[in-house]
Amino acid sequence: MRSHRGYAAFLIPGALLSLLVIVVPLVMNVGISFTRWSGVGTPEWIGLDNYTRLLEDDNFRTSFRNIVFLIVAMAVVPTLVGLVLAAVLFDYVTKQIGPRTASALRSGFYLPQVLPVAVTGIVWGWILHPSFGALNAILTNTGLDALAKNWLGDPAFALYSVMVVMIWFQVGYPVVMFMSGLQRVDPELYEAAAIDGAGWRRRFTSIAIHQIKPEIYVVLVTTTIAALKIFGQIFVLTRGGPGNATLVPAYFAYQNFFEKAQVGYGSAIATVLTLLIVVLSVVFLRIQARDERRDLA
Amino acid sequence: MRRGLGLRSAVLAVLTVLVLLVLAPFALVAINAVKSPEEYATNGPLSLPGGLYLRGITDFWIRVDFGEKLVNSFLIAGSVAVLAVIVSVLNAYALGIGRVPGRSAFLVFFLLANLLPQEALVYPLYYLSKEVGLYNSQLALIIIFTAIQSAFGTYLLSSVYAVFPREMLEAAAVDGAGKVRTLWRIVVPISWPSLSVLFTFFFIWTWNEFFLPLVFLISNDKQTVPVALGVLQGDRLMDATTTSASALLGILPAILFFLIFQRTLSRGIMSGAIK
Repeated sequence: MRSHRGYAAFLIPGALLSLLVIVVPLVMNVGISFTRWSGVGTPEWIGLDNYTRLLEDDNFRTSFRNIVFLIVAMAVVPTLVGLVLAAVLFDYVTKQIGPRTASALRSGFYLPQVLPVAVTGIVWGWILHPSFGALNAILTNTGLDALAKNWLGDPAFALYSVMVVMIWFQVGYPVVMFMSGLQRVDPELYEAAAIDGAGWRRRFTSIAIHQIKPEIYVVLVTTTIAALKIFGQIFVLTRGGPGNATLVPAYFAYQNFFEKAQVGYGSAIATVLTLLIVVLSVVFLRIQARDERRDLA
Repeated sequence: MRRGLGLRSAVLAVLTVLVLLVLAPFALVAINAVKSPEEYATNGPLSLPGGLYLRGITDFWIRVDFGEKLVNSFLIAGSVAVLAVIVSVLNAYALGIGRVPGRSAFLVFFLLANLLPQEALVYPLYYLSKEVGLYNSQLALIIIFTAIQSAFGTYLLSSVYAVFPREMLEAAAVDGAGKVRTLWRIVVPISWPSLSVLFTFFFIWTWNEFFLPLVFLISNDKQTVPVALGVLQGDRLMDATTTSASALLGILPAILFFLIFQRTLSRGIMSGAIK
């Protein structure tokens, strides 16, 4: 076959661009992570010192502990809630009430997803503001002053407040993905199960969940990666504070790059984060490939 | 029969309450953005506005020169969307239709390139752009986002092109069309729906970006909408009604895009879900 000759030339602009914007900076970043550098002058080679320092840095450990909480808020809870909502909307609302109601409700859940992350921060920063925020004003007006809190400024509540904001932001994405996945489920399978006496719950757990497994994987992986990368909402809502109560790796790296001029240390944080994301993606691609092979067999 | 009706209303009621909870922040922003500060102070955030007080919005618009921020965002997101679609098409033509050697390695590379945290690229990009005099310029951001977005576009479009009808390509070859002509006259028109989905994604994603524009655009007159709004939070001039006015100005373009692009987007989500 002569077919693939001559196509390589089309790859040149894209390959050059990726080399310039992605490969070279990524390699530089790893290189810088083995140095002490303020961003000016010559970087000083210090080997693995930045990495050993990371292991003992309380801020670094806290930032990853916080990420675990944010994975719960951005990946786990939205997936579980999304499964229930998608199932109810698809299997019950569409059939018993009507497809238009179902799609209107779906759009409602999805709406927060269209906002720029910085804007979600602004909206919630105001609602949760201790003195002029809407939430405390509502609590005070309804006589529940005792419940009014400094939601983002009190270390005891800040992370949980951010988690609630992130659940609100994320929940529409799995709903949309799962509803579109459920459309692939063969209605005859459902009917056969119904004739066999399987209740709604059985049908959902034994047929639907199995059929939309690809969507569940995609949602879990993309939202987990999004949680690992979170920056915008943290920057606008809390700047990682109070103290390090809501510190996340991306913001911690940013601080070291642009506020503390510890570029080598910031690069080490970014490198660890990158490794984590790459490993997660590769594991996911493997699982996906294995499942596809099994389905073909 | 009665039990069925009861269940039906119960399910509908629960879902409606949930959706209203999700939409409540939007409603709060909207009703408080059009209140005067005095009205907010006396009646609080839950009362409906007595009249349409637009001073908060217009004052904020003028103070941050919001029109300029909109133009900046449009310029950056629009250029990136167009350029990234072009780069994606060229890459995917070579990888999906041309099946050049090393194709799967390229695809894995492009997928990972899109998943990388921007923190791992930001400092070298910041440093290099200063070296070549592109720091604090929108051009630097356009180049960077074209690379990042087209990485995703290449990955997605290559799988679309991998199943492109071979007989059409062969017919074009028989007619004596070269590779460039085939791409331009056959492949691009036929894959136009996929390209418009990609364009939509790239535009909205770039519009919503925060981290790199925050680092790269330090002069006020170059900033994008999210950056201009984001850096003002915590400013002492921001009271309750001004903050909701600023939030409303951030929300409106996003909802407008959502409405305009909804059809393309839902189609895109479907095709993304299957692949």
